[in-house]
Amino acid sequence: MAITRPLGTALPSTQDALPDEPVVVADDVSLGFAGVTAVSHVSYEVQPRELFAIVGPNGAGKTSNFNLISGVYRATSGSVCVLGRDAATMSPPEIARMGVARTFQNIELFENLSVVDNLMLGRQQHMSYSTVAAMLRTPAVRRAEVANRQVVEAIVDFLDLQPHRASLVGMLPYGVQKRIELGRALAMEPKLLLLDEPVAGMNLEETEDMARFILDIRDELGITIIMVEHDMGLVMDLADRVLVLDFGEVIANDVPSVVQRDPAVIHAYLGGSGEDVEDAAVAKVTG
Amino acid sequence: MARPRMIGDHGQAMALVRTPTKAFWLTALLLVAFSAPIWMSNGLLFLLIAGLAYVVGAIGLNLVTGFAGQLSLGHAFFLAVGAYTATFISSESTGTTVGLGIPEILVWLPAAGIVAGLAGLLVGPIATRLKGLYLAIVTLGLVFVGDHVLREWSSLTGGVGFGRAAPDPTLLGIDLARTGPILGIEVARSALLYWFSLVVAIVLTILALNLVRSRIGRAFQAVRDRDVAAEVMGIDLTRTKLIAFTVSSAYAGLAGAMFAMRLETIEATQFNLLLSFLFIAMILVGGISSIPGAIVGALLIATLPSMAGPISDVVTPIFDVLAFWRGDAGFPLDTFQLEQLLYGSLLITFVLLEPRGLMGLWLRIRNYWRAFPFSY
Repeated sequence: MAITRPLGTALPSTQDALPDEPVVVADDVSLGFAGVTAVSHVSYEVQPRELFAIVGPNGAGKTSNFNLISGVYRATSGSVCVLGRDAATMSPPEIARMGVARTFQNIELFENLSVVDNLMLGRQQHMSYSTVAAMLRTPAVRRAEVANRQVVEAIVDFLDLQPHRASLVGMLPYGVQKRIELGRALAMEPKLLLLDEPVAGMNLEETEDMARFILDIRDELGITIIMVEHDMGLVMDLADRVLVLDFGEVIANDVPSVVQRDPAVIHAYLGGSGEDVEDAAVAKVTG
Repeated sequence: MARPRMIGDHGQAMALVRTPTKAFWLTALLLVAFSAPIWMSNGLLFLLIAGLAYVVGAIGLNLVTGFAGQLSLGHAFFLAVGAYTATFISSESTGTTVGLGIPEILVWLPAAGIVAGLAGLLVGPIATRLKGLYLAIVTLGLVFVGDHVLREWSSLTGGVGFGRAAPDPTLLGIDLARTGPILGIEVARSALLYWFSLVVAIVLTILALNLVRSRIGRAFQAVRDRDVAAEVMGIDLTRTKLIAFTVSSAYAGLAGAMFAMRLETIEATQFNLLLSFLFIAMILVGGISSIPGAIVGALLIATLPSMAGPISDVVTPIFDVLAFWRGDAGFPLDTFQLEQLLYGSLLITFVLLEPRGLMGLWLRIRNYWRAFPFSY
């Protein structure tokens, strides 16, 4: 299981392509839905090749932040810059084509398609032949399909999905589906990868596998990763920096060792303010 | 040495015909299909020519409804566009109707596809803004608008109740509608028309199969299954739906022209909602989101009338015995009523018992035999 195959042979590393300026810059962003404030005056920066985690209790605005970055939502005020461009000026497909890939909290795979086809859909933006060419299956189309299939097969190898390649995704177990979704995002050759609760509902073994995949993706391909996750053990072990949100507001933004001793964070997670709960709280947040 | 029958590269893995077994059965099927005029009766062959037109139309509907998930009740409208484009180009002007008088099928058949495709492209921008039932209602409206236009536009259609001469199929100077033995072999009537339709249907099938296994076809299915995720993958929803509508309408146009060319006259009122439903029935019975399914469904629905005859032969004597029914109007059932009953019961049976249609049934049987000798 732990064998890591050289994914870099199939997928080009983004190490050199990335600029030195921050990949994501959120500047005083707010987002409201008819009276409900989901995100309130949030500012943060994500550096290239960083593994940046966003945590917070339910309804803290974590997924809303993802939706702002991937262009599904528009900020009510403030701005989100992704890879040097304002996310509010672009549609979700345009942001995707710039190199932003994401997975979803509730798996959003194409259930009626095979694993390989799902991953091939991640390659969509790397193929550009026309409808007419597709119908005639010209040699150029065939070459493009084969070349992209090779990348997909490398990802299948990397994520240990070989036994499931031809299965319909809807028939596969949850943990495997989570891996397929990661693979589909990876197939897009992203510069920025957004992982929404990558290990939610997984057992210990699956969680450790996923942690290894995430680290490999960052280290081998140099992809910047923003991760929303409730598993504090995973976040504290993996993340370079942690942003803690509560009711849409930033309450901490620092390295894990500092964040997990922050009284505001402990308060947000356990409620109350008494000193007596603090020791227990530290233990809880540390996982 | 490579192991025999092993798939060695990705190109081979993505081929249409992957195994020698499949190649064998496909060849057998093609042989049967091409030799049909030699061993088949006139009546059945005539139904099959319509069946081939249905095949093309059903593939078109399956592209937009089965693959791209956009429920369209307006298929009959695009068939009408194709049929009347073909008729307009091929027929001469008469006292009451207009026409260009170009009987060459290589002119009017592609033109029918192109004009219908353009019509789809025009309707598309409205249709792509809607989903599900709302889209169904809009496309339903299309059928009624089309029906009304055709009824009123008598210089094109010849008027309700009269109709006009159907397009004349002439391929490079050869009249496809002629009869008589070919190269000394006795063949059924309209054998040439059948062979031509068969070739067109095969070519369009291959084009559709290529489309659905390409990035476009995958985008169709992504839009159908989860449009938010598709957008985040970089798929432009509007563009993808527009492509689906355009290609589907072009197929419908070609089908309309193919359907019309086997007739003596075409009449304005036959492109109605019932025809749209017939195509929905074809893809439901055959298999949603499957090109072979569309083919099987279309051929089955097209040949139902020939099955209705024998069934009515069995049923009528039973009704005759039940003498008290004979006084009522409409009994015993005539063949047309029986046909309608068959369509209806087929639809209900498949939706309830096997929503994946005949293709789903085939998958079940295949998987059963794959697992067969069970290890107990």
